[in-house]
Formats: sequence, structure tokens, C-alpha cells
Amino acid sequence: MNNNNNNYDSLKETAFKVREHIIRMATDGGCFIGASLSCADILVYLYKCFLNTNKDNINKSDRDYFFLSKGHDVPALYGTFVEIGLIKKERLSRHLKTDDYIYWHPNVNIPGIEFHSGSLGHLLSVSMGSAYDSKLKEINNKTVVLLGDGELNEGSVWESAMVAASLKLDNLIAVVDRNHFQANMETEKLNILEPLDGKFETFGWNVKKVNGHDFEEMDKVFSDIKTESGKPTMIIAETVRGKGLPSIEARADRWFVNFTQNEVSQLLNELATQEKTILTSETLMVR
Amino acid sequence: MNYEETLLKLVENDERFIVMTAENRAAIRNLQQKIGNRFIDTGITEMTLIGMAAGLALRGRIPVTHALATFLTMRAFEFIRTDVGIANLPVKIVGGFPGLLSEANGPTHQAIEDISLMRGIPNMRIFCPADENDMLKCIETILYSPSPYYIRYNNRKPVYRHLNNYVEGHAEIISTGKDINILTYGVLFTEALEVMELLEKKGLRTGLVNLRTLKPIDEEVILDSLKNYGMTVTLEDHFLTGGLFSIVSEIAMKNNVSGNVLPISFEEKWFKPALYNDVLDYEGLNPKSIFEKIIKKLEEKK
Repeated sequence: MNNNNNNYDSLKETAFKVREHIIRMATDGGCFIGASLSCADILVYLYKCFLNTNKDNINKSDRDYFFLSKGHDVPALYGTFVEIGLIKKERLSRHLKTDDYIYWHPNVNIPGIEFHSGSLGHLLSVSMGSAYDSKLKEINNKTVVLLGDGELNEGSVWESAMVAASLKLDNLIAVVDRNHFQANMETEKLNILEPLDGKFETFGWNVKKVNGHDFEEMDKVFSDIKTESGKPTMIIAETVRGKGLPSIEARADRWFVNFTQNEVSQLLNELATQEKTILTSETLMVR
Repeated sequence: MNYEETLLKLVENDERFIVMTAENRAAIRNLQQKIGNRFIDTGITEMTLIGMAAGLALRGRIPVTHALATFLTMRAFEFIRTDVGIANLPVKIVGGFPGLLSEANGPTHQAIEDISLMRGIPNMRIFCPADENDMLKCIETILYSPSPYYIRYNNRKPVYRHLNNYVEGHAEIISTGKDINILTYGVLFTEALEVMELLEKKGLRTGLVNLRTLKPIDEEVILDSLKNYGMTVTLEDHFLTGGLFSIVSEIAMKNNVSGNVLPISFEEKWFKPALYNDVLDYEGLNPKSIFEKIIKKLEEKK
């Protein structure tokens, strides 16, 4: 869409609010804060600039379909949904409560969620069904799926990547939130993913890299996607786990956290000032 | 009209139907050329097959998926449970060469725990046709069902003409008796017919039930068998654990009834790989062997 600078500022403001929502969900039971913060800018970009999906067309079949395959990042998605008016902000206060469905993984009880996830390696194949259906119906909509880099350990991802290219699903766009961490450690210290772009290229995909925190760059890369190339597109979005909170950025032990209310207040302040909080407790729950 | 022709008819008449396979085309060899892009072969990829079917179902389609029963229900189990089961999508899961029909392939191909696995999934239905005639009698109704279905594909040449239309959860009662009631499903139905004749010749009033659906199960028929027959035989090409015998046991406990039940199934073992009739001989599943097992149990009781 090629925004002017003012609009990029407005995207940054929205992403700031989404990060506030995420931080507020990291207490009273906690959430997967690190990966939620890493994909927050990507989700804001997708829903504000790239997907045609909004609260008015959410039940129409020509909407763009978005699938969150790395389901534990759902606080970022719900935060984005609040900011685009799909759900009310008050609903986030019912996080983990039995009177609602705002739990650690996405589910279709929340408007805007197309499909549940949580088990990694599933939604690339599910999104292929959606993309194939659009082709059959000759609907010109996009299907976008967000994968985690740790998720790429799952064999089903590679199986599906091979099939998607063979079926020439060029209306399918996968985005990898390349934050370089999986649950307990850096990805390359466990299973070597690099060269990731080369891997997907040899699987028959169009591959592009982008800074997943830079809206202008994302705008350029996503605007340039050709959906009639005969190939599905893979966007490798380079990100930082915990982005926005210097005290937890790129830390292996800040995957799932359950902060105290006081720490949440300090972290909200840290988000605004970018001054590191000295977290009062080093015994944060790590799942 | 055979299975393939039935599918073709449905695809032609209703745009929701999509035929899919993980490169098992035994039952659907001629469809691709006739239905074009409504036929999807994902290659030897059971997980992607089921995930993609779920995505298509989400968009309003009725995917009819095919692969060998073992690989489909086991390699892709979590996809069936998580993508099809949780969402309660109308994906149809057609397992080829289930149970004894895998013949000489060996244990890798013996789906004899498939029913146990599939019935543990909430919303899942299970259809086990007795032969080709039974399968074709029921298949249209099943494919149009809004529920997910596991179908134990069975194209064995029929020796019996099935007259009852399919009603979900209703067994087909072939005959009624008093002394012995044989409850069975799937391919061993044909042997069960012969066993019934042998028992009748011996003067034993024998009932025979083709269960058709293992889930939902016809509880009334099973309770009637436990209460009103001298002996109930559960005959199946499945592990003892989790199949028909387990289902009958659960129903008995739930309803506080007991019964004299002879289970004939595979107990903690895979069967000897060989051609069908040789497997039956080796495993004691030919009609004469089954008949003798029943007589032995009757005599033990006396």
C-alpha cells in the first residue's frame, strides 16, 4: 500500500498499544510473552495494511483468511483484534477466566479466529485447504499463515511446504516469525534452520526476507508479493523475541512468564521509556 | 454403481465434494481425469492430507480422504483428532485395506487398533461395512453426514443382499435367535454367515448382527443380546483392546447387566501375514474354527 511516514507512525502507535495488551496479559497466570512481542508488529502490519479482513467482512467468504499456526502468540493477535475493533478491550481482562475463551491458544469462540491452534505444524496444511478452495471458487482473496521458527522443527511443516509448491498455491503466503528462539534455547543451538531462505527456495517457494519490526520495509516486501507466480510465498520476518522490553529481549528464559501486578506496571513503564526494569523476582515461572 | 462411480455422482451433483488421497488410488483410480481439480493427490503425506481437508471443510467443502487405514489413522492421528475432531468438521476418512484386508503386508499395514483410536475422538463416527453391497447401501448417507466419519473401506464381494437403509447408530439385524448371538462388523461378516448356518444345523437358535456403526453404537441391540441370549459372541478383526468387545463390556457395566460373552479378536498380537483365507486358517478364523470355539465355550459352561 506504500504508506506515507505519518501512517507508519500510526502503525507504531497501534503496535505500542498491542504490546501494552500483551504485557497486561502476562500476569494472573501469565502468557507466552516473548514470542507474542516478537510478532506484534507483523500482526499489526497484516491487519492494518495487508489483509482485507475487518469487523464488517469477518463472515464473508471473500475476506482474506489469516491462520495463526504458532498459537501461543495469541495475546498479540487478541491485542491486534482489540485495536481493529474485532473484540472489546474489556474482554482481555477475562484472560484465563472460565467465563470466556481467552486462554493460551486461539480458538474460534473469539471473532476473527479462523481456526484453533496450539499443536505446532498444523496450520500450514489447514491454510492450504483454504487457499485451494479460493482457487476452486476463483475468489481473489489471500490466505496468510504465521509460523514460528521453532515450529519449523516439525516434519509436517516441510511435508506441507512440498505439497503447497506442488499444488502451485500462489495465493498462499506464509510468514515465519524468525525470532531465533524456541521454547528453551536459540534455534540454531538445537536444530539448524539456516539457510532458511535457501531451504524454502529449494522447496519451490518464493522467499523474501524482511525486518519484522520495520513497517516501511514490510510494506515494500508485502506489496511486492506476486500472487499469480505459480509459487507460494514465504516471508521470513527477522524479529527479536521480547521486542519492546529491553529487560527481556532475546532471553531464553523469558518464553512463558507470569509477572506480579507490580512488575506489569514496571514493564508498561519500560515499554514507554525503554529503560530496563530491574525485575524484582528472578523466579519467574518458565513453562 | 461401485464406490468410485458413487463418488463421481456425488462430485458431479454437489460442488461441496472433494476427493482427496495420499497417493492411495486403489478405490479411485479413474476419478482424476473425470473431476479435474476436485481431485487432490497430496502424495504420501497423510498429515498434510488431513490438515488440508480440514481447511477445505472449514470453507464449506466435504472432503473424502483416502489412504491406507494404518497410515491414515496412525500417522495422521493427531491431525484427525486436533483439526477434524476438535472442529467437528465433516471430513470423511476412508481407510483402505483395514484389518484382515491388509493380507500379506505384515504388521506395519495391519490396522487392528484403528477403531480403538478413532472412537476415542469426540464427534467422530465409525462405519464398518460388512461387504461391498453394505458399503454402497450406506455410503451416500454417510458422505452427506455433517459429522466427521471414519470409514473402514471394504469392497469384499457380497454373498448377502443388505436391504436395510443406513440409519446412524442402528445395527442391521440379519437373524434373531435365543442360544447364541454373533455381533460382528466388517469383513468377517461373510464368515459369520457361515458360522450361523453351522450353528443352526446343530440345532442352536442363532442370531446375527451386522453392527455397521461402532460409534455411535446400537446399545439396544447389545443389551438385548446380553440379556436375552445364552451367549454373545463378539467377532472382529481388531485387537481385543478398544474394539467391539471393549464397547460391549462398557455398555454392560454402564447398564449393570452381565452376560456370557465370547470375544474373538486379536489378543496382544498382530496376525500372521498371508493371503486372506490362509490367515483365517492360521488364526482360527475360518467358519469352522469359529464354530468350534463357540461350541467349546458352550460346553465349558455346562
